[in-house]
Amino acid sequence: METRRCVFVGVGGQGNLLASRLLGETALFINIPSVVSEIHGMAQRGGIVESAVLLGNVTSPIVSDGEADVLIGFEPLETLRALKKCNKKSVVITNTHPFPPFTVSIGQGTYPSLDKILDLIRSKVDNVIALNGNELAEKAGNPLSLNMVMLGALIGSDTIPIRVDSIKEVISNSTKKAYLDSNLKAFDLGMGETRKLKKV
Amino acid sequence: MHKLLTDSPGKVMLLLGNEAIARGALEAGVAFATCYPGTPSSEIPEQFFSISRETDLYFEYSTNEKVALEVGAGAAVSGLRTMVTMKHVGVNAAADALMTLAYTGVKGGMVIISADDPSLFSSQNEQDNRYYARLSGLPMLEPTTTQEMKDMTVAAFDISEELRLPVILRTTTRLNHVRGSVELGSLRPRITKSIFKKDPFHLVTVPAVSRNLHKVLLDKYDRATKMADNGPWNRIIGNGKWGIVANGVSLNYVKDAVSDLGMTDDVSIFALGFSWPMPNAICSKFLQQVDKVLVVEELEPILEHDLKAMAQEMNVTISIKGKGVGGLSRLYEYDPAMVRSAIAEYFEVEYEGALKLDLSSIPELPARPPNLCAGCPHRATYYAVKQAADADTIYPTDIGCYTLGVSAPISMADFGICMGSSVSSSCGFSRATNQKVISFIGDSTFFHSGITGLINAVHNNHQFTLVILDNGTTAMTGHQPHPGVDTAPLGVERTRISIEDVVRGCGVKDIHVVKPFQIKKTIEAAKAAVNFKGVSVIISQEICPLFAKAIGQKGKSRVFHVNPERCKNHRICINQLACPAMYLKEERVFIDKNQCNGCSICAQICPENAIVPLKE
Repeated sequence: METRRCVFVGVGGQGNLLASRLLGETALFINIPSVVSEIHGMAQRGGIVESAVLLGNVTSPIVSDGEADVLIGFEPLETLRALKKCNKKSVVITNTHPFPPFTVSIGQGTYPSLDKILDLIRSKVDNVIALNGNELAEKAGNPLSLNMVMLGALIGSDTIPIRVDSIKEVISNSTKKAYLDSNLKAFDLGMGETRKLKKV
Repeated sequence: MHKLLTDSPGKVMLLLGNEAIARGALEAGVAFATCYPGTPSSEIPEQFFSISRETDLYFEYSTNEKVALEVGAGAAVSGLRTMVTMKHVGVNAAADALMTLAYTGVKGGMVIISADDPSLFSSQNEQDNRYYARLSGLPMLEPTTTQEMKDMTVAAFDISEELRLPVILRTTTRLNHVRGSVELGSLRPRITKSIFKKDPFHLVTVPAVSRNLHKVLLDKYDRATKMADNGPWNRIIGNGKWGIVANGVSLNYVKDAVSDLGMTDDVSIFALGFSWPMPNAICSKFLQQVDKVLVVEELEPILEHDLKAMAQEMNVTISIKGKGVGGLSRLYEYDPAMVRSAIAEYFEVEYEGALKLDLSSIPELPARPPNLCAGCPHRATYYAVKQAADADTIYPTDIGCYTLGVSAPISMADFGICMGSSVSSSCGFSRATNQKVISFIGDSTFFHSGITGLINAVHNNHQFTLVILDNGTTAMTGHQPHPGVDTAPLGVERTRISIEDVVRGCGVKDIHVVKPFQIKKTIEAAKAAVNFKGVSVIISQEICPLFAKAIGQKGKSRVFHVNPERCKNHRICINQLACPAMYLKEERVFIDKNQCNGCSICAQICPENAIVPLKE
């Protein structure tokens, strides 16, 4: 298969490491070679958390600037900051719910408006899917299921060769019973919203 | 059962690199494991910690890396298969033991993990620990993939036992924290008890003994060179005229680049996995079969210099280059595009990189540095101490979450170089200046290497205040226990050492034990400590809220909010605490109830008493 390079970016606590791990588990489950790269440690104290999933015949665990096929941003400012990973043809999937850094609260810098952020992203890459992941997660009954919404959006974007039933099976096998229904619902909402946006 | 104990050879699992190392150790029958945690190595001992609770594997979190290596040495010299793990700078702490353990050697296989951190994701420097193999004379293995992390660990135990020498397995962050598929092998049984055979003429390193042992080490080194030449870990891939040498993670970038650039038939890749001692025979074959050589290695130009030296001995005059070609530098980690374009440039192959976006129109974005968590007791301690301190106070700091106190608005970290340096450097600062000195050290770091500095301070009559931030865990690296922790909630029996008793035992006369969330009392204690003539110590005790939650010791906390009628918008709370639960909306301060941890510091410092518990 053709190599696909996915970059996940978010803020500590948003669960993007779990999302990238589940994607790697799914790839293993359907026999697609994969490498999942994570940053642990200091970066997790409210800082930026980045992970990458490379699918196909590639052994390098990093995505260089300009080489991401898909960028999945869990927070709009961080999506914009990570845009250097993309080229014009990359698909960008971004949550639109802002989570301003504390530097903004103490007057070091201003958080750009959401419209400005989205306009900037759209001016650089052709394919942008923007959805309010937090709202969908709330709707699914679990505010912590943002990562499932974003995984659903990734599958709904049809950018990687992973089928809905495979990833859902992996999610089902690795989620606590109490959260399973809301997680699957969040996944479906993210996927549905993305499909709807793609038609427009 | 722990997933790494799965006894199904041939099964493929997605494992984190550090899990793969732990699995490799288990497959090799590791019986004894020690460590001091440190990113990016910490997930290896985490596996051992869990596994030791359900098997007869012995595992301990030792007080520091030197202790860990010495504890391990006792076991390995007795004949047990032993693993000792640490981050790259931990090897500095352990180096004293390492250098002479190379002389005595071991009986049971011993593998030392050195987890290096190019690009300094979570470290104070990016030293290249391949030098430690050269300094100590110990063999070094460097895996390239998650599968190899498992397989090489098994091999490292065998090599160690055959040579009766510890073997260093060196990784980098990009390997430790990568998940990949790993095919499991079979688990060898553990031998957990042995009988120590006395052998002082090989094990007690008085000069007369060590003179002989150095020779023994050099003999072992020659045997190791043959093993590096004949084993499976060093190989030349392809037989083209263009030579590329790579080790560790860089080999991935090289393989992908050669394939992307369509150069497979033109190149010979020298893949170096058993990287010290250098496999002389393979090197010499490689240098004879190629016209020019590019060395792709992160950090220092070590292989590059070794190959140049060897070429000189062989009278081979081909061009050998590495650092300085394209973006290949001594700084930071490499990436695929950097290696691809360096290879293309050096061998003059056509290459068009990905079309990068022109991002010059994007304004400067607000930074998102890591920050102390909402409800972190360090924030309260810092705030209180600042109220008691002169403006020009010097704040030596140490290694841990609290190093984040370097950021505004706390800005109370002035010097920090390594574990324990807060205490000892304070001695120097207080003698060299007339400024007040208040230093900060975490509980685990204090046990690691703060105690000797404190004894030094008392003995030499220095003048400063040491604040020990006791949050009941080794927080930054993932909540490992330390000697001051009650380990009962973690399901292991260990003896708890009281920090206060240790401080008293070091001869400190002025000790203040405070609860930092009692802000007024903490400020009073800090004032008294700062005015004490001599060495004073404040022990600030409050459990890390993340850890409390993890072990089920924290119920639902009361949550605070800002009463808009009382708030006069001084913003002392948000400006001085920078708690991540606080934010500004339309120029007013709000508290995010999902993030607030109920520590109440903001409520205590608000001059209008405008911050009050939220009634649900």
